[in-house]
Amino acid sequence: MTTTTLPRVERLLPSGPGGLTDPGLSGHLALHGPLTVPPRHDQAWSEALLAEVAAAGLTGRGGGGFPAAAKWEALRRAGRRPVVVVNAMEGEPASAKDRALLAWSPHLVLDGAELVAALSGARSVVVCVADDRDPSARAVRLAAAERSAAGAIREVTVRRPPARYVTGEESALVHWLADGDARPVLRVDKSVPLRLGRRPVLIHNAETLAQVALIARHGAAWFRNAGVPDAPGSTLVTVSGAVHTPGVVEVGLGTPVDEVVGRCGPTGPMAGYLVGGYGGAWLPPGMGSTPLAPGPLARVGATLGVGIVVALPAGSCGIAETARIARWMAGESAGQCGPCVYGLPGIAGDLELLAAGRADPGAIGRIDERSRSVVGRGACRHPDGVARMVRSALDVFAADAAAHGAGRPCAGRHAPSVLAFPAPPALVGEAS
Amino acid sequence: MSAVVSTSTTEAVWYMIRATGIVALVLLTLTTVLGLLSAARVRTRRWPAFAQVDLHKRATLLALVFLALHVVGAVADSYVNVGLVSVVVPFTSSFQPLWTGLGAVAVDLLAAVAVSSALRQRISPDLWRRLHWLAYGCWPFAMAHALGAGTDAGQLWMDAIAAVCTIAVVGALAWRIGYHRTTTAAAGRLGATTRAVPERHRPTVAVPGRHTAHGAPRTRRHAPSGRSGTAPTRTTTQLLERDPR
Amino acid sequence: MNAAVAVALRVRVDPVACEAYGYCAELLPERVTLDEWGYPVVDGTPVGADLVDLARRAAAECPRRALLVEAVARTR
Repeated sequence: MTTTTLPRVERLLPSGPGGLTDPGLSGHLALHGPLTVPPRHDQAWSEALLAEVAAAGLTGRGGGGFPAAAKWEALRRAGRRPVVVVNAMEGEPASAKDRALLAWSPHLVLDGAELVAALSGARSVVVCVADDRDPSARAVRLAAAERSAAGAIREVTVRRPPARYVTGEESALVHWLADGDARPVLRVDKSVPLRLGRRPVLIHNAETLAQVALIARHGAAWFRNAGVPDAPGSTLVTVSGAVHTPGVVEVGLGTPVDEVVGRCGPTGPMAGYLVGGYGGAWLPPGMGSTPLAPGPLARVGATLGVGIVVALPAGSCGIAETARIARWMAGESAGQCGPCVYGLPGIAGDLELLAAGRADPGAIGRIDERSRSVVGRGACRHPDGVARMVRSALDVFAADAAAHGAGRPCAGRHAPSVLAFPAPPALVGEAS
Repeated sequence: MSAVVSTSTTEAVWYMIRATGIVALVLLTLTTVLGLLSAARVRTRRWPAFAQVDLHKRATLLALVFLALHVVGAVADSYVNVGLVSVVVPFTSSFQPLWTGLGAVAVDLLAAVAVSSALRQRISPDLWRRLHWLAYGCWPFAMAHALGAGTDAGQLWMDAIAAVCTIAVVGALAWRIGYHRTTTAAAGRLGATTRAVPERHRPTVAVPGRHTAHGAPRTRRHAPSGRSGTAPTRTTTQLLERDPR
Repeated sequence: MNAAVAVALRVRVDPVACEAYGYCAELLPERVTLDEWGYPVVDGTPVGADLVDLARRAAAECPRRALLVEAVARTR
């Protein structure tokens, strides 16, 4: 088990002596310093901020990994005054980072939203918090009230979309804001911005905006001090599973997976790591040294996703856990597209039988074939994520799968699941 | 001499009106049944599913031709006073205003459906669908007109035709309603909006390829590779717990 | 001639609108096949001149207007 060799990163969620204990406005300003945002559109200031964020190389922290500055460039061409939407939905059950941010640093998030609004000329900010996350909504409203009392001019509204996995998908969220229908919309050209009425929408994950707020204060060079050259900056990762203190940690991008897990006290040898979320991919324990960054993860068939690592202990059954995820994800389908509606339950059903050791000989082949078949055939990437996760499981747990398929399932399938549906683990440092 | 000629001409027109009316009614019945059953996605090795829709369109076209002859005959005929206006404005004819009027309603509905279908690519899919719902009104009004205004109503052969047509349409409608209920319920169980195609309608037979000029269709097999897409009735936990090993 | 960009046509499915009628696979089997539940799997390779009319017909016949024929700019 590797020990932490990289210095601890504490930017978004500072804690401990001298760190942030008061999430209120005065504590926030005392810790991070002031921030001047022009009340009206200032071309020079906007250009400077855009250049700084572009130089910092900030990519979206909501799973898409799209360069933040590029989104702003695309919006310039849209012409009209946009609406800024803060995506704090956090539909991934194994993620708690947005919740942590809103609890401990809501003003960083709102700073970022205000900066983006000033840059794009938006006058209103909409913060989307799932309807089962009342504490987060309260925290945002409190912070918005403090700011408004202190003279902030841009209106911040909190909306509560239904807490479903796909509601956090960009087009689904905007669809709900526009029509009350939280289902994804087919997007042919992703560079064309989504619209609310006639206004283009500038939508960012909460953590991305918090990073923007820090870059505006400290600059691109400071941002790049953490992370690695190809993947600069820090990121929040939710670690759960076989660890003593599950929760949210902040690490520089490029930190090896097992080091991230090491921060939370692994309980013993691992059978594998689920990286990126329930639509991410499994890694075998031998690949624990893979850096948590888009490039290296892509090379092993995984993604960064929204910064999630679930540690599966040795002795657990990867096939059973995969079956559980697949079944839950199948139930989270928006129900619009045939391949997702029928393909995912089909895959889940076969996985369940495989986990129980009662699958027919063709099951593994069928799971693989169906997983390949659903990719790219939905309006959103939900089936693609499930397919990736399932196929990585068949690869990483190949020996297990073969044994299960031959009617010799392992005892690990009776072990308690390390997955949570849908309430994820507590935050690091939070009083239990 | 001229009186004899005009009488036989009038009689010929009279028979034409009745004949074309009956043929139009039968064709309208056929197209209505085909339209109702299009959801069945019936396909065999030689008969692709789209052919049913094609037939539906062609039958409508043919029905319109016979309807046009029927209407022209009725207007031209000197015995009955049905003006051109009364063909499209219901209940304005001096001859049997009620029964002729029902026919006029059918004409109006059919015209709306036909025009909207002719312009289908130019109008929004939603508008086309809503206008096509008017098609449900065409057949009942046509049948009512046939029974009320039809000279042959009451004759055994005509009643037999009317009965067969009615059974066909009512049967197809009942099937369609049942299908809609089943698929909507199945979709609802999955929380889906895309309605399930029941297994018996899925392409388990060879999907006919394009019919070449020489008649032999190319075929493509799409046998289902195992389980259907319906959700198993047991959860993962139950499945695992039941297994004592 | 400076023709660096040639416009190609390809077919695509709107998965939200699709209700698995399957007419597209019957009319254009060269580009569309059906999966086990009757939903289309589309081959995105460009449609040559010999198939354009059939592709357009397949798009016109779809009861839900879910099959689309779209232009894709292709650089030579």
